[in-house]
Amino acid sequence: MATLPFFAYTALFLFLPAGSVLIGAFQAKGQGYTLENVRTLFHHPYIDAFKTSIEISLVTALLGGLLGLLIAYAAIRDGTPRWIRSALTTFSGVAANFGGIPLAFAFIATLGPLGIVTVFLRNHGWDPTQHGFNLFSKTGVELAYLYFQLPLMILVIAPAVDGLRKEWREASANLGASQWQFWRYVGVPVLMPSLLGAIILLFGNAFAAYATAYSLTSGAVNLVPILIGAYYSGNVLDNPHLAQAMAFGMFVVLAVMMLIYIPLQRRAARWAK
Amino acid sequence: MAPSAYLWLLLGAAYFLIPLVSTLLFSLKSNTTGKCCTAANYGWVIHNGDFWHTLKISFLLALETIVISLAIFVPTIYWVHLKVPKLRAVIAFFALIPFVVPPIVMVVGLLKVFKGTPDWFYAQPWGFLAGAYVILAFPYMFFSLDAGFRAIDVHTLTEASQSLGARWTTTLVRVILPNIRAAALAGAFLTLAIVMGEFTIANLAAFHTFPIFIQYVNETQGFPAGALTLMSFGITWAAMLSLLFVGRRRGARAAIVAGAR
Amino acid sequence: MPMPFLDLQDLHRDFGTVKALDGIEISLGEGEFLSLLGPSGCGKTTALRIVAGFDRPDAGRVLVDGRDVTNVPPNKRGMGMVFQAYSLFPNMTARQNVEYGLRVRRQDKAGRRKRVDDLLELVGLGHARDRYPHQLSGGMQQRVALARALAIQPRVLLLDEPLSALDAKVRVQLREEIRRIQLELGITTLYVTHDQEEALSISDHVAVMYGGRIEQMGSPAEMYSSPATPFVAEFIGTMNRFEGTVVDGGVDHGGTRLAIEAAQGRPRGQRVLVLVRPETVEVGPTNGDGAANTLVGDVVTQTFLGPVTRLKIVGSGVDVIADVPTQKALGLPVGTRVAAVLPAEGVRLLELRDDLPELAEEPLPTAR
Repeated sequence: MATLPFFAYTALFLFLPAGSVLIGAFQAKGQGYTLENVRTLFHHPYIDAFKTSIEISLVTALLGGLLGLLIAYAAIRDGTPRWIRSALTTFSGVAANFGGIPLAFAFIATLGPLGIVTVFLRNHGWDPTQHGFNLFSKTGVELAYLYFQLPLMILVIAPAVDGLRKEWREASANLGASQWQFWRYVGVPVLMPSLLGAIILLFGNAFAAYATAYSLTSGAVNLVPILIGAYYSGNVLDNPHLAQAMAFGMFVVLAVMMLIYIPLQRRAARWAK
Repeated sequence: MAPSAYLWLLLGAAYFLIPLVSTLLFSLKSNTTGKCCTAANYGWVIHNGDFWHTLKISFLLALETIVISLAIFVPTIYWVHLKVPKLRAVIAFFALIPFVVPPIVMVVGLLKVFKGTPDWFYAQPWGFLAGAYVILAFPYMFFSLDAGFRAIDVHTLTEASQSLGARWTTTLVRVILPNIRAAALAGAFLTLAIVMGEFTIANLAAFHTFPIFIQYVNETQGFPAGALTLMSFGITWAAMLSLLFVGRRRGARAAIVAGAR
Repeated sequence: MPMPFLDLQDLHRDFGTVKALDGIEISLGEGEFLSLLGPSGCGKTTALRIVAGFDRPDAGRVLVDGRDVTNVPPNKRGMGMVFQAYSLFPNMTARQNVEYGLRVRRQDKAGRRKRVDDLLELVGLGHARDRYPHQLSGGMQQRVALARALAIQPRVLLLDEPLSALDAKVRVQLREEIRRIQLELGITTLYVTHDQEEALSISDHVAVMYGGRIEQMGSPAEMYSSPATPFVAEFIGTMNRFEGTVVDGGVDHGGTRLAIEAAQGRPRGQRVLVLVRPETVEVGPTNGDGAANTLVGDVVTQTFLGPVTRLKIVGSGVDVIADVPTQKALGLPVGTRVAAVLPAEGVRLLELRDDLPELAEEPLPTAR
């Protein structure tokens, strides 16, 4: 069967490592099993890290999803010259890469205390820092994350937007519907499976992101991946199982998202082939 | 062109370009005086041996990952769409697992599981790292390829090809691949992006890749980091464009089946 | 003369250097059915899209019931359109699709339901109400599309080659139904097609288009028996055509003198095209004597068309198509030498001028 290589590969490189970490979450230092590690997660600072991580992921997934869809649609629809679509796809492919370390620096160069935009606004009378804006905060991380969420959305949703037939828009207009009604009754429902998939992708992408926040805030913002990384690359390695428990916590959050996704996806795709 | 299209495209363009322009301006500031304008930072990067070394490693790693990914996933997804549609749900489920098990977690598990394996795999980026990166790229590859397969009529194309006497491999390479070219390229773009920017696993597993180098420069140098940042962006863009160019030249012919829209 | 219900006035539309519409004028009375007939690229779909509002003319106006709608957006024109294919919303059942126009007009649910169900019954799909488009055959999908367009009680019904994507038998069946429903509801209808048989069988009027212009407009019978240009003669039905020059009381065709009534009154020496319908050609065994209007040749092919068989008769300077009753054709197998007699009356003559559109070398196919 042609699918064998696939299953073999995923078993070796995905399930095996994943399983060993998840089991480790319930192991005590030395021998035996315990729930103590997981219990610790509900206290400071761990629970705060989870809250912050979830919030940032949700915000950037929804915002990135909506804006990405609008931009992708603007580029793909009838009437827009073909070159714009190619340019957008190419740029998105690269911008989706411009995450992590380089991105952090770019945002420091833009909105940091000495950033170009910050200085520009300051010179024109409106100082962002005086109005409470700080790049090295939750908001700053969200702004930076959006930079790779948007292109990712564009790339992933483009094939689905392609599938929106011109005839549907025209039939809708012919029957008397406004643009907004078309999107509400036809456009968005048709796109829904792909939209959902894409937004879940974006959520997971943001939730698991490590490098950008690491490079941007140097730990100033309390995020779960940062905490985990601290245990493994730091010098305080007193209980690796706690870190594995945090990993388990991440797994739970993401698994819940997925459990929402699957039945939703099935319902939305009911009418598709 | 619709006015709303103008609006969104302009907003998108602005949001994407401003950080790049800012980085550019930073990169032109002298490390000693803090003012514009000098090309010294770029010179510093180009004359840095580590820069070239790590860049090469990351790029080859990306290509290796793309090839392995396509070789595994395209036949699998094709087969599933064609013969075993029920399996698609299983594979789609699998594709979501790398999201539930993020790199930060995976690297720990990988290190634990592969600790005893021979050095040619465990200590080399081409083995250990590539193996991990294929899994990282898997969801993106799947969603792109799956959308591409969903958009074409797999059954009609396959049957048409077979009725003309082609073997499976011929059908796959000459009929199916050209028709999912856009989806495959999108998946390849994403994979390239992921690998060239992957920091977490490389960092914790102590491999010396390009992003590791950039972070080091960020921490230790000032404005030169801006030059490096911009160059890394430009390099990836150049790689993407050449990929796109190759794809366009080779994939000019497409299989069109009567009855298809 | 009653005011036209649908009035297209001097429509022009250019795409770059191509003149898609070059002065189209059509006046349609209420409840009438007009087909725009022509080959691909003749501009018929462009005209329809302008009437629907998906395109704007460069010059000219569209009036509905006296009101100028040229600049009215498509969702405010009160027209129902049936597209060629793929226009049903895939995420909705047949019922929900038909309901759509009423839903966006905020009609109440109970009222909507009733109307929708009635319409689905009208198009014969009451049993398939809750099926999704991908669960319906092509013909059924188009019926739903028709019901959907009618649900909003449009003043004008527009159909853009609704049957071309369907197979032959379904096409014939469905076109009759479209006509039946149209007559029952009395809706003014504009129908676009490249199939001349389709157009002739269900329309009140037919307008043959070519190169952005209307070649001829009239009733189906008129178009068939009295084509005004060689193009129309070619496009509608099958036609024998002979070139010749006018002589006393007839036409000289390659040395043979044909007695043709329509030649009277034409100047001698005028170059003309003689048009003869195959069913008017009498075919019989040769009997030696040179009767008038007789062309002699051999039966080269026989094409069985059901009640009638088409014979192709070829001789020196002779190339004629004749339709004879099938029974008779059995006695005239391939290879038989026969005499084809052209009628003297009922033959059309068209003056041949250089500025007329090119004729195809082979007669155009009559059905697709």
